[in-house]
Amino acid sequence: MADLADLSLPVRMFLTAYRWRRIDPVPWAPPAKPLAESRVVLVSSAGFVLPGQEPFDDSIRGGDTSFRVIPGDTDPSALIDTHRSGAFDHAGLRQDPNLALPLDRLRELARTRRIGEVAPRHLSFMGSITAPGRLMRDSVPAAAELLVEDHVDVALLVPV
Amino acid sequence: MCNQAVSLVAAELERRGIATVTIQLLREVAEKVRPPRALFVPFLHGYPLDAPGEPEKQRAVLEAMLRILEDPSLVPPALVDYEPGPG
Repeated sequence: MADLADLSLPVRMFLTAYRWRRIDPVPWAPPAKPLAESRVVLVSSAGFVLPGQEPFDDSIRGGDTSFRVIPGDTDPSALIDTHRSGAFDHAGLRQDPNLALPLDRLRELARTRRIGEVAPRHLSFMGSITAPGRLMRDSVPAAAELLVEDHVDVALLVPV
Repeated sequence: MCNQAVSLVAAELERRGIATVTIQLLREVAEKVRPPRALFVPFLHGYPLDAPGEPEKQRAVLEAMLRILEDPSLVPPALVDYEPGPG
């Protein structure tokens, strides 16, 4: 189990003192249709990029709030871990990117009709964002707009 | 930080009418940030879907996320514990 106690002392001290952003009120969109008819998207904060895409930049103060678009037909083995955080073990992600962007699993769910279909575009963020103001102001509205354009019904979000 | 980032994305998606479920790896963070629907998993950082190269385990986590969407008894913020099956 992940626990604050697993992290290094400096990281733990930072997280303990950090003022987390509280979502209030909590929005709630009931599923619009049965899952077997729903278009499902994945949003990962594992910092994955595809060959040719710009890696995430850990030199940006407060965190790199940009995101990359990952096409729905991507072979997960092509994903490159560019998350720079040393606070977690990257070995699993590098061995099998499905661990944090499970496109193969999502396609299986569509094949078995557990979900309706795989969305055409999925989103990759790098999660080490300590100053989420810019994320909320710029990237999140753009990401939401993209998914609304794609008529997505359900989003599954995966941090690392 | 990852847990907060995906939670903030999820909240905006819910405001735009998209139903969401986020994985959460730290209970303390999930309780403070309050994503709308969340599955708290007992895995280490870097291993949100349990294990690399183990499709069955990864499928089980995704299935638990989907079941949250199908549970009409949940109210926001909904934080559900993941209970891995045997093996």
